[in-house]
Amino acid sequence: MGDLRQAVIGPDVEHGVFTSKFESLLAWARKYSLFQYPFATACCGIELMATAGPHYDIARFGAEAPRFSPRQSDVLWVVGTISQRQGPALKRIYEQMAEPKWVISFGTCASCGGFYDNYTTIPGIDKIIPVDVYIPGCPPRPEAALDALMLLMEKIQNNDRSPSVVKPREVVHQLRAKAPKERR
Amino acid sequence: MSAKVVSKLKSQFGDRILDTTNFRGDETVTVALKDWVEVATFLKEDDACDMSMFVDLTAVDWPERETEGEPRFDLMLFLRSYTKKHRIAVRTKVKDQEKAPTLTSIWAGATWPEREVWDMFGIFFKGHRDMRRILLYEEFEGHPLRKDYPIDKAQPLIEYRDVEGTRKLPPFGIEEGQPFARVNWEERLAGRDQQVSPSIGAQVGQQRTLSDSRVAAAELAEVQAAVDAEPPPEAPQE
Repeated sequence: MGDLRQAVIGPDVEHGVFTSKFESLLAWARKYSLFQYPFATACCGIELMATAGPHYDIARFGAEAPRFSPRQSDVLWVVGTISQRQGPALKRIYEQMAEPKWVISFGTCASCGGFYDNYTTIPGIDKIIPVDVYIPGCPPRPEAALDALMLLMEKIQNNDRSPSVVKPREVVHQLRAKAPKERR
Repeated sequence: MSAKVVSKLKSQFGDRILDTTNFRGDETVTVALKDWVEVATFLKEDDACDMSMFVDLTAVDWPERETEGEPRFDLMLFLRSYTKKHRIAVRTKVKDQEKAPTLTSIWAGATWPEREVWDMFGIFFKGHRDMRRILLYEEFEGHPLRKDYPIDKAQPLIEYRDVEGTRKLPPFGIEEGQPFARVNWEERLAGRDQQVSPSIGAQVGQQRTLSDSRVAAAELAEVQAAVDAEPPPEAPQE
């Protein structure tokens, strides 16, 4: 409830009183119940599976339910290389999803084609469908997928439809390098 | 390992075996296209050869050979014997627009590799029952593994969105994508350009092979200037 208090009601509201815009309440409800459609085509799919597993536990964010019908899903995860031949299928799946809908582009190939600079690969799914969140990485780690989910939730709360990119994390060895030698 | 097969072929076909090579134990024989099916049938049927396993069929494009009056394509057949444990590769030369005879009547497994060769190189197989593209779509024009197919030419099935921010790629940046594959084949065939890898070529003072090499050089200089101007990383704080 603390999150709701911060997001929906202002800090100066008296205890127990809700004053807000209905859109904010709706966005709050939406961002914690995202049904996802995994469109996994390549090795990035393994990382998405790891994200859904118990170790990373995507259920913490209320996004653990995959729906294999686009009509029942809110988020389209495009995970992996999309070839020209798959383009029409991807676009059709996006069009079949009901509003409101969001798209996460998982990995370098989905975001920009990666190193597939050739006749067969779509250089980024944003050439076909609009994308809300890009996840860089080849493949990205599950942490990056969770970062993308949190970023998307923030964007849903703020009603922000501009594309954004997941920032890289400071990894452990960089933190170790910063630490003084005797504490290593 | 397959030297016996080569000697067997030589005794059977004599001069019709045009060439034999051995690279670290891998034997390759070259035959004419008219002997293609006959040699393949012999390799399958003969008890000493007994090439029961069709491993692969593929092609190699040599566009510069066409200017010398040689057939443009190499058709490569790879076979293996389960019982005798030996392997052999058979090569034949095919001209552009020339039709090759199919091997599907000998090995049913040749069906898909022949379709792939048709899809990628445009070599048609006479007698093949289902000569369609196998990997690409029917709307695709041309054959992408031919060396003269433009490396940056895509044929999208649905029109790309024209939205700001999606034009980042392609064309890829100077160190992205496959710059080693961006060969200017007209220059290459004219003998003015032999460079394959831009990074290796730069070390020996070659010009870049990108079609817009001046633009690419300017872009590289810009990137280099940005790298030079960047301040050195901070020393770790104690």
